[in-house]
Amino acid sequence: MTGNVELQTSVNSGGWRLLGRIGYSIMYIVLIIVAIFQLFPLVWLMFFSLKNNQEVFNLPPLSLPMHPRWENYSKVWNAGNIDVYFLNSLWITVVATVLTVVLGSLVTYAITRMKWKGSSFVLGLFMVAMMIPVHSTLIPLFSFFNKVGLTDHPLSLVLSYVAFNMPITIMILLGFYYALPREVEEAAIIDGCSVNRMFFRIVLPMTGSVVATTAIINMIYNWNEFIFVNTFISSDSYKTLTVGVQNFVGQYTTDWGAIGATLMISILPILIMFLFLSDRIVEGIAAGSVKG
Amino acid sequence: MDKVLSNKKMIALYVLPSLLLILTIVYIPIVLTGYYGLNEWNGIGSMKFIGLENYANLMKDGKFWDSAWHSLLLALFSGLSLIIYLMISMVLAARIKGANLFRKIYLIPMLLSSVAIAQLWLRIYNPSNGILNSVLQSIGVDNPPAWLAEPSLVLLALFIPILWQYAGFYILIYYAALKNIPTSLDEAARIDGATSWQIAWKIKFPLIMETVKVTIVLAVVGSLKYFDLIFVMTDGGPNGSSEVMASYMYHTAFRAYDFGYGSATAFFLLVICLVVTWVIRWLTRSKDTIQYS
Repeated sequence: MTGNVELQTSVNSGGWRLLGRIGYSIMYIVLIIVAIFQLFPLVWLMFFSLKNNQEVFNLPPLSLPMHPRWENYSKVWNAGNIDVYFLNSLWITVVATVLTVVLGSLVTYAITRMKWKGSSFVLGLFMVAMMIPVHSTLIPLFSFFNKVGLTDHPLSLVLSYVAFNMPITIMILLGFYYALPREVEEAAIIDGCSVNRMFFRIVLPMTGSVVATTAIINMIYNWNEFIFVNTFISSDSYKTLTVGVQNFVGQYTTDWGAIGATLMISILPILIMFLFLSDRIVEGIAAGSVKG
Repeated sequence: MDKVLSNKKMIALYVLPSLLLILTIVYIPIVLTGYYGLNEWNGIGSMKFIGLENYANLMKDGKFWDSAWHSLLLALFSGLSLIIYLMISMVLAARIKGANLFRKIYLIPMLLSSVAIAQLWLRIYNPSNGILNSVLQSIGVDNPPAWLAEPSLVLLALFIPILWQYAGFYILIYYAALKNIPTSLDEAARIDGATSWQIAWKIKFPLIMETVKVTIVLAVVGSLKYFDLIFVMTDGGPNGSSEVMASYMYHTAFRAYDFGYGSATAFFLLVICLVVTWVIRWLTRSKDTIQYS
């Protein structure tokens, strides 16, 4: 891209250069306005999560919280069951993510490396599943989990998350597996290495970076999932943050500080993850969207 | 080597768990949805087979068609907003310093849960204390509307946070595709005297056409089955004026306990999504694909 810039400036001259500079400034202004539009609601949220109602209602909306009321956070953490929801979100997200990534890797390995009839059909099944709207499976799933005694049981969430995230996981993994050189594996087999050993000791470590990418994407989806929890789970002890937040905020409609703090608690883990892993997240979302 | 890698037991061990799971959780349920739609059923008791009655009723259910119309409007809106995203991506991909930072900032809302986004925008739209009406009042608008309570405004008011949520996603996709175009093409065009505008629309746009097609399917089908924000923010209200197909199905089944009719709606939603995907692919099929690598 830098070569481009030089070329641009050398070809243009005089008035054109001025025009180019104005155009460049306008482009920048547009980009900044979009950035403000994207960030502004979140900044406002952060501010009112640190205020009490009086400050929210009487001061200008974007005034800094002069006396940050951190007690909003401790209050909702203890009072609103938010701690329970948070831990549920955490373990369900982690378990479902690990299962999806491991099972997805096994399938991808079998499809790209093993020789069997029907492998392309099975791959097709996984890929087509991406087009199925979740809502069209909701009623039978609800009735199925009811019959096997899994409604109001976290296993219903884990199973659903693994199944619905499997296609995108396999899709991201596929590209990487196809590009992975096979020499190491061939050598390992000639040396008498078993399939299991090869998968877990050689292939899985070699795919570490793409596994990390898929894991992060899975975590974001699982952490944010709403409709399954809302439909399958009824007792507070199994609810995750999305539904928990929804219920809690419904009860405390007037306490803006508490609502703000609750919402901040529910999005902070993702924001912190994004701060450190943004490149991987960007890469994962790009890889998981276009190739289909 | 072939012997080791075509061991039937190993293949079954690697594939079957996931395959069984996806059959149980995704494929069998969609077949069952279609079947439940042929029954009268309250979700708990026994089913009574009534043939195509639910589907026939659905076809003349004005409320359902209202919700389908709202979903269609959302799909149109999402499809049109792709043009804005594409333009922003073109700017972003054209010799902009900090482009990487911009696209990351744009992406942030997409990473947050729909519930958090919905609750946040409920506050933004709050008639008396929300930031939108505070700003409007401070610039002299006397009676700013109660956005989500106005049947004529509610859909528009819901489209904005949906736009906010997904903008970064599509910009990211377009930006990645644009960055894949070799810079040599760009330079050659410039030497031949092409303007930036010409380069954008005559060279770059055709080259990322395949990506654009994918995003059209994603945006339109994603809108047709859209649910989350609307469910949390208005629950289809006021008085059904923001009901969409997925929320209508949810209300019929899980609120009115009419699981048979709800299933018929859900199955119809599935069929619409698949048909629309196919139609868009067919309409945008390319006679000759452009290669640049």
